[in-house]
Amino acid sequence: MTKDAIIKDFEAIVGSDNVMTSETDRHTYSYDAAVLDSVMPALVVRPTNSEELGKTVKLCNDNGLPLTVRGAGTNLSGGTIPHPGGVVVLTNGLNRILEINEQDMYAVVEPGVVTAKFAAEVASKGLFYPPDPGSQTVSTLGGNVAENAGGLRGLKYGVTKDYVMGVDFWDVDGNLIKSGSRTVKCVTGYNLAGLMVASEGTLGVFDKLILKLVPPVLAAKSMMAVFPSMKAASETVAAIIANKIVPATLEIMDNFTIRTVENFRKAGLPTDAAAMLLIEVDGHPAQVEDEAAKVEEICKQNSASEIKIANDAAERDAVWQARRDALPALANLKPTCVLEDATVPRSQIPAMIAALDEISNKYNLTIGTFGHAGDGNLHPTILTDKRDTKEWQRVEEAIEMIFDRALALGGTLSGEHGIGLAKSKFIESETSPGTLAYSRRMKSVLDPKGILNPHKIIG
Amino acid sequence: MADIHQLATMLKELDDQLVGCMRCGMCQAVCPLFAQTGKESDVTRGKLALLDGLASEMLKDPEGVNEKLNRCLLCGTCQANCPSGVKILDIFIKARAIMTGYFGLSPVKKAIFRGMLVNPKLFNHLLSFGSKFQGLFTKKADDMLGSSCARFQAPVIGDRHFKGLASKPLHKIVPELDTPAGKSGKKVAIFVGCVIDKIYPNVGEATLKVLEHHGVGVFMPAGQACCGIPTISSGDTSSFDKLVEENLALFEKGEFDYLITSCATCTSTIKELWPSMYQGSSANRMKLRDLAARTMDISEFLVDVLGVEPAKVGGNKTVTYHDPCHLKNSLGVTAQPRTIIKASSGCEYKEMAEAGTCCGSGGSFNIAHYDLSKKIGDRKAENIVNSGASVVATSCPACMMQITDMLSQKKAGVNVKHVMELYAEGLR
Repeated sequence: MTKDAIIKDFEAIVGSDNVMTSETDRHTYSYDAAVLDSVMPALVVRPTNSEELGKTVKLCNDNGLPLTVRGAGTNLSGGTIPHPGGVVVLTNGLNRILEINEQDMYAVVEPGVVTAKFAAEVASKGLFYPPDPGSQTVSTLGGNVAENAGGLRGLKYGVTKDYVMGVDFWDVDGNLIKSGSRTVKCVTGYNLAGLMVASEGTLGVFDKLILKLVPPVLAAKSMMAVFPSMKAASETVAAIIANKIVPATLEIMDNFTIRTVENFRKAGLPTDAAAMLLIEVDGHPAQVEDEAAKVEEICKQNSASEIKIANDAAERDAVWQARRDALPALANLKPTCVLEDATVPRSQIPAMIAALDEISNKYNLTIGTFGHAGDGNLHPTILTDKRDTKEWQRVEEAIEMIFDRALALGGTLSGEHGIGLAKSKFIESETSPGTLAYSRRMKSVLDPKGILNPHKIIG
Repeated sequence: MADIHQLATMLKELDDQLVGCMRCGMCQAVCPLFAQTGKESDVTRGKLALLDGLASEMLKDPEGVNEKLNRCLLCGTCQANCPSGVKILDIFIKARAIMTGYFGLSPVKKAIFRGMLVNPKLFNHLLSFGSKFQGLFTKKADDMLGSSCARFQAPVIGDRHFKGLASKPLHKIVPELDTPAGKSGKKVAIFVGCVIDKIYPNVGEATLKVLEHHGVGVFMPAGQACCGIPTISSGDTSSFDKLVEENLALFEKGEFDYLITSCATCTSTIKELWPSMYQGSSANRMKLRDLAARTMDISEFLVDVLGVEPAKVGGNKTVTYHDPCHLKNSLGVTAQPRTIIKASSGCEYKEMAEAGTCCGSGGSFNIAHYDLSKKIGDRKAENIVNSGASVVATSCPACMMQITDMLSQKKAGVNVKHVMELYAEGLR
């Protein structure tokens, strides 16, 4: 079929306004938030309902057109960078919250619903949707599920996968597959919903999501603790958990990040501190008081030189503003900012932090480190200028070494950013040839022509 | 027209600024245009990628890029919320100047900017002529709002409900002023602005009444020209430079502490664009920097300099406030206009939802993309109506025009006022 004929077929499905073919339109869907080269798609299609989405998938498959689904394009591993000459299928036209069931505490949504809007809608009904990726004001729930997005609350509340009860998705032939259930328990058949989480659009195209909701938090207490070394701070993280306390959030910032944040927005941060922990405990008010006191004591035992406990909403917000400012503040220093995703078992955080220091020195690169210390998910952030080709070469080598060290410490390639294109070449080093072969076999059965987001995850 | 390689070379001047975009996409959360269309080319990340693509010669369609670049309200919300601190408005305005240099200015804009706008006397004369005959082509739409609509089908006007030209512009009512400082000990220069002069002279009169009430001396020279925002946002740098020079020459003649405007757009243009975009002599650039440092919005002057505080009496009319983009996003002025409303006799203040979201006017965006402008404005109108207020106040006459259109078409029964009108009404 000619290109014009295919375009006409897409227009027949979604209408001509929802098929973009111009060079300029296509170029604006050639990238995502990863620091990777752009790839031009042949066209961009925007279905606005389930039927259109299914027909779009089928038409791509019938014509052997590589298909990349895109929500808000905020992911950091290149998962939504299209295949050359392929089709980008936008989900932002499928943005309805179909049901919020207060009694059974679940919601049914279309994949293009923006995460923060959903969380706010749920909160207005007295319920709580905990996953809070940094991009939540724009990222979509479909993208969150496809990438298994994390966030600051991962330690206590888990990540997106812990809230996926079911996924309806289109297979590559245009059949609607229903997986999971609206019930809390469901062990019927293969866990296809589980398979779809983190599949990055390589196995099917999400049509609807059934998401678990939980009761709201009754009380919370935030605090900021200052440490003389990153080692002391990271040992405190392990000590808090070892004391059977699981804070909602347990974040770490190194000295470079603290100083950069303070320069960015004067907030009275301890710029001479080697490290800072930002901690929030939540739950029943009595439990919160008890845990906050214990955390304070543990921090003191681990050489914290200063502990500030937020007494009201304004002080609490000030604590978290410092954390929210970390990435913008670092990003303001240099033109290119590579936010990595080094994740290790909690006990290995001191070792990973030492490794990052070593890598920074070895490659003569500025690296600010902050992240979710409580779940072992660090965000070493390399500040560079991609136009400086010599430095960029060192950045690429440093990134590879960060992965190597994380894996050597029993960690993983990605805690929450996904594999996408950026890390697909490293996946064998975490899994095994057999695991990769098994994954490829599964992919080839479910997507024989290889049209669903080709080359992502498994290369 | 230069070749595309030359255009790319010119755009490379922006490279250091473009590279600051992390492509995080957070601009999607705040862009009023993206909220309507959901298209990446309508949001800043997409536009920056297009400019980058053209500069690196990955793209071969400068017309396409230019069209997308011009689909922007220049509201600055993205810049105010950009995690990387990218100077987006600066990039867009410079890029429009480069594009206009490449494509040339459209004949219509050339006639308006270079034929009329840079010649204030001719401009005033033509609009004065227009005000006499506008009634032949328009009819009243809403008495309370003072809006009109087209009597016959008219392509430019469409179904707009607009405020017509005033029968007597401010420069005819008060040709010029130079009064000494009174009890406040302060003297200000007033930059009137075209829309206040020709459409809302009552806002200008209210501003003068307020200043007189507070014993502020006023220098208001005759012959003021447009601040230049229509020219520079269309990339016409030569007309912009002429307008800046004409205004600078007028205001140089006076002695004053501050330059005050009652138009958010004029304030931000004088403060930010006059010093940064003027290409003339370095001596003038120094003078513009000094002038910009002394320029402020009227509410900001009243609250921050004179110390006006809210009155303690209750009110019989509920007033809500719309933040003009040029005050909120560009200058960070949000509290002072609200303080003035609360200090206005008989006004009970009520905050509306999304008060800081653009009303959809966007200057020439409203003319080129009225359908989109209207969709954005409709949302603003809904928020105004839902606030339950009987009056919506703002600090920008361009926003007043847009909101009047939206409320008039809805027959919402909500009046539109400038903050200075409300405040002046209560002064004896």
